[in-house]
Amino acid sequence: MAAVKTLSIDGRLINARGDQTILEAAKEAGIAIPTLCHLEGVSDVGACRMCLVEVGDPPRLMPACTTQVFEEMKVQTSTERLRNFRRMIVELLFAERNHVCAVCVANGNCELQNLAERAGMDHVRFDYLYPKLPVDISHERFGIDHNRCILCTRCVRVCDQIEGAHTWDVAHRGVNARVITDMHQPWGTSPTCTSCGKCMQACPTGAIFAQRSTVAEMERNRSMLTFLINAREKKQWNI
Amino acid sequence: MEHLKLATMWLAGCSGCHMSFLDLDEFLIDLAGMIDIVYTPLIDAKVFPERVDVTLLEGAVANQDHLEFVRMVRARTTILVSFGDCAVTGNVTAMRNPLGGAEVVLRRSYIDSGDAGAQFPSSPGVLPQLLDRVVPIHHVVPVDVYIPGCPPPASRIRAVLEQLIGQHPAQLAGTDLKFG
Repeated sequence: MAAVKTLSIDGRLINARGDQTILEAAKEAGIAIPTLCHLEGVSDVGACRMCLVEVGDPPRLMPACTTQVFEEMKVQTSTERLRNFRRMIVELLFAERNHVCAVCVANGNCELQNLAERAGMDHVRFDYLYPKLPVDISHERFGIDHNRCILCTRCVRVCDQIEGAHTWDVAHRGVNARVITDMHQPWGTSPTCTSCGKCMQACPTGAIFAQRSTVAEMERNRSMLTFLINAREKKQWNI
Repeated sequence: MEHLKLATMWLAGCSGCHMSFLDLDEFLIDLAGMIDIVYTPLIDAKVFPERVDVTLLEGAVANQDHLEFVRMVRARTTILVSFGDCAVTGNVTAMRNPLGGAEVVLRRSYIDSGDAGAQFPSSPGVLPQLLDRVVPIHHVVPVDVYIPGCPPPASRIRAVLEQLIGQHPAQLAGTDLKFG
């Protein structure tokens, strides 16, 4: 058991275990920090920067999901600077690929759409890139539309850490980065994919979708993920 | 007190936002007592007036006519409102952008999928030139207020109009900022 640390979040004194992250400590204290790439039950990678918080004085920007607490740590989760950055991050995600909420399967059930609302995004101040991106519907049951992918890598982590198949990974770098299946081949030809659908359940946007679902029709059900995580970590097998 | 002068227009869009405006139902009657509609595709006005208090612009900027119209409207309008997702983001009308410029899009529509004798549409002075990229209005001229939604629900349009009629700076928040 790691030693107990005392820290302050938004001026409130909080106790946390030394091996906890700022995000975990804040959640236990009922302080909500917006997240996007974070998914309960799989490791955190700090990919999206939505959970940036200010630590110390002068304040340094740290991702709450991958930063461990320490004694006398001072954390601010909602300063004007952070709110500006969060809105900017969401806008950049919208500008980077072709997100068209009006014709998306996930319209109304999308974490990116919800965060835009929460960040107060009424328009995108940056130029849209309009990249030409493929849609892969070679899999019998699922499809991936790279236009809607934000590279959170939840699919990569859930496939590796919960399903144990590691069908998904990331190829290329920077703006050219793509999630790929196996050796960058059509998903339908993947020899490792078990067709379990965990990647689809984990995806925060409409990027990975169930085939034959249409606009605003797709709702995700993460209970399968929660069930497996509780069974493994807490040995609770009843739903 | 002088009534607020309101204009509306659609550019590259489907006119769905205007349909949502008509969906204001009985509030339209109240509205008629508070504003003067000076220009809109819904009435028979040929010339955009010199001075307008508020203009709601639906749709994205997709051709040369839109470009010139938006610049003219900006010069004559005090408060310019981007009305709906196409105006705010480009939305469905901007889905042609990843394909390439205007020529690529026209070729795909009129030549590749055309019958025998397929040709590019050309009628100078009648058919406006397509722009290479469809862009939201605020990429062309400064915009004062944004109303997201495809289409924006009538309640959202009403909220903005009531703020503007009450001389308040219009600002939407929370679920009124939902795109799509």
